[in-house]
Amino acid sequence: MKSLLNWLDHRTGFRKLAREVLYENIPGGARWRYVWGSTLTFTLFVQFVTGVVLWMAYAPSAQTAWESVFYIQHEMWGGWFLRGLHHYTAQAMTVLLVLHLMQVVIDGAYKAPREVNYWFGVILLFLVLGLSLTGYLLPWDQKGFWATNVATSIAAITPVVGPGVQKLIVGGPDYGHHTLTRFFALHAGVLPALIIALLAGHIYLFRRHGITPKEPRRKPDAAFWPDQVLMDAVACLAVMATILFLVIRNHGADLGAPADPSEPYSAARPEWYFLFLFQFLKYFPADTEIVGAMIIPGILTGVVMIMPFIGRWKLGHRFNLGVLFGMIAGASLLTYLALAGDAKNPEYQEAVKLATREAARVKKLAGSLSGIPATGAVSLLRSDPLTRGPKLFARHCASCHRHGGGDGMGNPVTDPISAPDLGGFASREWIGGMLDPERISSLHYLGGTKFKAGKMVRFVKRDIANYDEGQKESLRKVILALSAEANLPGQRAVEKLDATLIMEGRNLLKSEAMRCTECHSFGKPNEDATAPDLTGYGSRQWLIELISDPSHVRFYGSRNDRMPSFGQDKILDRQSLELLADWLRNDYYQP
Amino acid sequence: MDATTNTPVPTRRNFFKETLAAALGMVVAVIPGLAGLAVFLDPLRRQGAAGGRLIRVAAIGAIPADGTPAKFAVVADKTDAWNKFTETPVGAVYLRRVGADKIVALNVVCPHAGCFVSLQKSGKDFLCPCHDSRFELDGRVTSPSSPSPRGLDSLEVEIRKDEIWVHFQNFQPGKREKVPVG
Repeated sequence: MKSLLNWLDHRTGFRKLAREVLYENIPGGARWRYVWGSTLTFTLFVQFVTGVVLWMAYAPSAQTAWESVFYIQHEMWGGWFLRGLHHYTAQAMTVLLVLHLMQVVIDGAYKAPREVNYWFGVILLFLVLGLSLTGYLLPWDQKGFWATNVATSIAAITPVVGPGVQKLIVGGPDYGHHTLTRFFALHAGVLPALIIALLAGHIYLFRRHGITPKEPRRKPDAAFWPDQVLMDAVACLAVMATILFLVIRNHGADLGAPADPSEPYSAARPEWYFLFLFQFLKYFPADTEIVGAMIIPGILTGVVMIMPFIGRWKLGHRFNLGVLFGMIAGASLLTYLALAGDAKNPEYQEAVKLATREAARVKKLAGSLSGIPATGAVSLLRSDPLTRGPKLFARHCASCHRHGGGDGMGNPVTDPISAPDLGGFASREWIGGMLDPERISSLHYLGGTKFKAGKMVRFVKRDIANYDEGQKESLRKVILALSAEANLPGQRAVEKLDATLIMEGRNLLKSEAMRCTECHSFGKPNEDATAPDLTGYGSRQWLIELISDPSHVRFYGSRNDRMPSFGQDKILDRQSLELLADWLRNDYYQP
Repeated sequence: MDATTNTPVPTRRNFFKETLAAALGMVVAVIPGLAGLAVFLDPLRRQGAAGGRLIRVAAIGAIPADGTPAKFAVVADKTDAWNKFTETPVGAVYLRRVGADKIVALNVVCPHAGCFVSLQKSGKDFLCPCHDSRFELDGRVTSPSSPSPRGLDSLEVEIRKDEIWVHFQNFQPGKREKVPVG
């Protein structure tokens, strides 16, 4: 063993290298304030390890990026944990970079002869921020997509070259496959390579000039090993413990709904450490964004870069400290303003709530037996009645109708209700209420319409109100039969059990005794019908046709009360009509 | 190298501190390593599409009466990580009539290195385009010098109402015995 090591040492000189690494002199002995550089190297190591494995499972394209991240997060062994580590270590890195910079400036470690090393450090800071910016887009979820969209749009305001630069970053005029391939190449290739090169230079220069001792020296000089290594290891452990706490508490990193260029996400915010820049831009009116986005940050970066020269004078060092703390205080204030602004912005809260709901929904759909189609997870949401239905309802229906008292999205409506509440439409409960003398003329049913004193209301209030027990029994069967016409997925099980009652109800519906067919058609066309057709009442086809054209003779004809012909007049396309009908019938995937 | 030339080599080593520093360093480095290892090893628990399923391949009328093998795609549902594909080709078989209603099936995958064999123009034997393994129509290796360690893999066939169903399965290449791929 010994001779083998001797042979290796002769060929490589590893013993000298190890000695130099381990027994570097620390003037004044080991101190806690020297740990920041090591914690940063450690976090970088974590990012390389976790990043390479994530790379093995990530597929950068508009139809596979979110999907592969979903697969990592929810299907692969420990995937959520790995992704969580990568995500929170990135955040820890940003914090540690600021701490490292503060320690360097406070201790005057940027002064001669260490200027070049200081510049390496500042460039490394920007490269790591570049990793954050590019990494934020890679999951291709709504928040990453729309927040990065803002960042690349800002690049476009650069004078002269802006539009070209933006096209080069985005990989074309619009976000798509090449945006991801380019961001990924930057994130996993170009930036890490630059970081390794600069870090090697940074550590080389650090070793060349040695540590900047903090005066007064409290102890005699000592070697790096083991005292400083132990302190560094304890600091790394503390960093790792913090990261683990965040990963486990939040169950890994968040994954929003897949990016949808047709659904702007108004709560898109950059990662928290870029919030100050985001907030800063609010104070620059049109045509002056460039001042906030480039000129001021550029000047401040310039000041940071020339700090080693300013710091030659005693007063200059104090100036540097003032600038650094001023920048940190300013950034903190702006971050606070951004967070406080969002906290009391109801529209932002609304958008976040909706985004959370859609993210949860798409994960359920993606986890269903049919999986994710090749067109990507975004098509799952686009064709999901539970996602699209409420939005369509809120936009097109809720100014007159309600759904469970609200606009379908769970929000109250200010317009007065002037058409039936369609929550549970065509269910036994709903039809029962329609045929209830107490309820038919309430706002929930016909109270808001011009039919509130019509034939139907009169029939229910005069005839049904005076039914004897036998007639009431018949009415119950009619309700079951009419509700069965809708073939609602939620009632299929009970309808199987009630098959005979439904059969009897159907015959009663047709009978003269129940008087339904005096105005309605049922089972066969009735030329004298003046009220909506009850054949297939509430079924998918019936609903689509009703919404499409309520003024058709089959439904309300010329008696139609204000309801637009959504399909006939091309207000809604075929798919939207279907989504609306399916949602009203609660006909969608439920795990 | 001013700062490093006067490196004080410790006279008395502190084993407690050294062990602790090394141990802590190990602990923090192992955490991302283990997380990465778990995800890296994930493929080991995945099953292939062709897991010995009974699949309808062709109608019996589609098989030449003269005993010439005919190639058919095996179509089944397939999961590719997050995507699920229905009715997608997962492999292919040669079907050959050996009696009025007796059909034999051979997997087209060469047992040597996994290439797809093809029926020669003569219709007398199969040739693997990769390393020139040759097989008889019944699947046996033609000559002992052939690189393939075994004949073409035969598959179980069931005939139901004039439809041919095959127990489709891939086998590990490069072995003398037929070992199913899981």
